[in-house]
Amino acid sequence: MSDDHSHLSETELRVRSLESLLVDKGMVDSSALDALIQTYEEKIGPQNGARVVARAWSEPDYKAWLLADASAAIADMGYTGRQGEHMYVVENTRQTHNLVVCTLCSCYPWPVLGLPPTWYKSAPYRARAVIDPRGVLAEFGTEVGADVAVRVWDSTAELRYLVLPQRPNGTDEMSKDELAGLVTRNSMIGVEVVGAP
Amino acid sequence: MNGVHDLGGMHGLGPIEAEADEPVFHHEWQRRALALTLASGAMGKWNIDMSRHARENQPPEQYLRNSYYQTWLVGLEKLLLAADLVTAGELASGQSAAPLPDDLAQRVLRAEQVAGVLGRGDQFTLDDEITATFQVGDRVRVLNNHPTGHTRAPRYARGKCGLVERDHGVFVFADENSKGRDNPVPQHIYSVNFPARELWGADATPNDCVMIDLWDGHLEAAD
Repeated sequence: MSDDHSHLSETELRVRSLESLLVDKGMVDSSALDALIQTYEEKIGPQNGARVVARAWSEPDYKAWLLADASAAIADMGYTGRQGEHMYVVENTRQTHNLVVCTLCSCYPWPVLGLPPTWYKSAPYRARAVIDPRGVLAEFGTEVGADVAVRVWDSTAELRYLVLPQRPNGTDEMSKDELAGLVTRNSMIGVEVVGAP
Repeated sequence: MNGVHDLGGMHGLGPIEAEADEPVFHHEWQRRALALTLASGAMGKWNIDMSRHARENQPPEQYLRNSYYQTWLVGLEKLLLAADLVTAGELASGQSAAPLPDDLAQRVLRAEQVAGVLGRGDQFTLDDEITATFQVGDRVRVLNNHPTGHTRAPRYARGKCGLVERDHGVFVFADENSKGRDNPVPQHIYSVNFPARELWGADATPNDCVMIDLWDGHLEAAD
């Protein structure tokens, strides 16, 4: 799904024309548009989910709460709202590796991860995650043993899934901030694991 | 609909091209497309299921050729036209031919409202006390229905059997909700476990599975 130059400029013109129309009509407010963009470009992002993971790794009670009632536990950290109203956390263990996809469109837990990357929304990932998850993991350089079960979560409804990656070895002395710094967006989607520091 | 958007299990789409350190947006028009879509939703003329259907309902070659935000643009134009918020003439000219009706003018999203609106999110659950059709542990089969409109039951699962692992409670049934705003149908949503070999045949990895969230309306009891 790439844009060649002529296709792109036509799109650019179309968007500008539409914005002009809707502002002219008074249907959209320009400063609201800017606030929407700023929210998702600067404020909300995977650093939120990383803090959730770091806290779960550090506090057993919080981890239990997160697994029992993810929406409430995540809301406790101030991450709520659109495309995250119904959260569910799935824990990676030695026996189970979880992977999240939306085959039908691009559903993704915005409040904890921000907007999804292009690859997550594109046809190759959406097609292959459910039929060849181990191949997908291998493409990201992630190896999962034959004795591990892979569970792929297809986000077909309004439940939004966040993977709780396994805590790597050698992190016992780390603060929550340091732990959060290790947690990648891709590990919370499930295509990667969090490597040892 | 049995559209090309229903991609689960399709072959031949090539490698996953993950861009390192990808920015949130590559082009200014993408920022505007996102913001215009979210802001237009404040008019209250469509719900998320209607918007998903507007996006997916493209000819296959167009859907696969369009980038993500191009598809959002296509969807938004369709929704605005269908809701009579704009006319085809206005879309072509980029100029408004009529002011916004007063009742809609009150709904316009203001900058100071953005954080609150986004932070509150949408309402997908219903208070209706509907008895669940299925219990955890039940074996269910995905109905072999092929609606021409929007459905959240992917083709790769239709006619397949799985085990109910969780009942998430009562939600608005998306398939019906995509037809309009007026009549939310309450149904239970279940996370159903489909073994990989059930979905993909004997060559699939034995201990892998796909978890799919499905509504009462997508399922029937299996032996």
